[in-house]
Amino acid sequence: MMHVALFLSFLILGSTGGEIAITRGMKATGEPEKLRLKEMLQFLGKALCSGWFWVGVPLMALSFYSLLVLLSWEPISFVIPASALSYVVGTFGAKYILGEEVSTARWAGVVLVCAGVALVALG
Amino acid sequence: MATEGRLRVKTLVMVCAMVVCANAGDLMLKRAMLQIGAVQLSEPGLAHAFRMTVSSGTLWVGIFFLCGFMLSYMTVLSWADYSYVMPAGAFGYALLTFFAVVFLHEAVSPRRWVGVALICVGVLLVGQTKPRTTPVAREALA
Repeated sequence: MMHVALFLSFLILGSTGGEIAITRGMKATGEPEKLRLKEMLQFLGKALCSGWFWVGVPLMALSFYSLLVLLSWEPISFVIPASALSYVVGTFGAKYILGEEVSTARWAGVVLVCAGVALVALG
Repeated sequence: MATEGRLRVKTLVMVCAMVVCANAGDLMLKRAMLQIGAVQLSEPGLAHAFRMTVSSGTLWVGIFFLCGFMLSYMTVLSWADYSYVMPAGAFGYALLTFFAVVFLHEAVSPRRWVGVALICVGVLLVGQTKPRTTPVAREALA
């Protein structure tokens, strides 16, 4: 049980930490002018040069391997509802680390999504 | 106003691409891990699991879809808030349930329908908020 809790925390903290780092990198990169192949390749090249992107990648890799290990131990109906906590953790990160304005409506939506994902996965 | 509308449309398109790729990728990963079996937490067990995962074709198909997810995710995060994109992406859970009923004729429990309703209301609530509340780098990539 301790192993499951440990890998679940790796999954949640790794995914939210990685996504927050990648968001910071993408905001610094700027959006592609057009969604065409040439512009997208230039965008990808610029994004890969961002230091924040390379902070995010190992954290997301940790989260990915934690997910694989958890899926090999536990049913998906446990893993996905438990990992739904990342919606709440991620919103805290967005507010306090990325400085996003999280309105009451957005908070309410995040909490409903989190509860909904847990119920769907529990079946 | 037109810029706000354009921002919402392109965010919606990218979130849809994210949802399709993420769901296809997750299904492939689950199938691959079922084929591989339970991972043992020992040095030879982890080494064996690593060899099995890198040589699994199903896992690579899953990774291909997850790369598509990652590209659409990175693109949408270049202009939209993380706290907007993340819950909106959960719409995939609701979509999968609808597909299971319509195409696979699966029976869905009342609890799952309540979950789908909560996700839809949650995504609608988040969707009503501004997709972007922080400044972004203005330099365009020519």
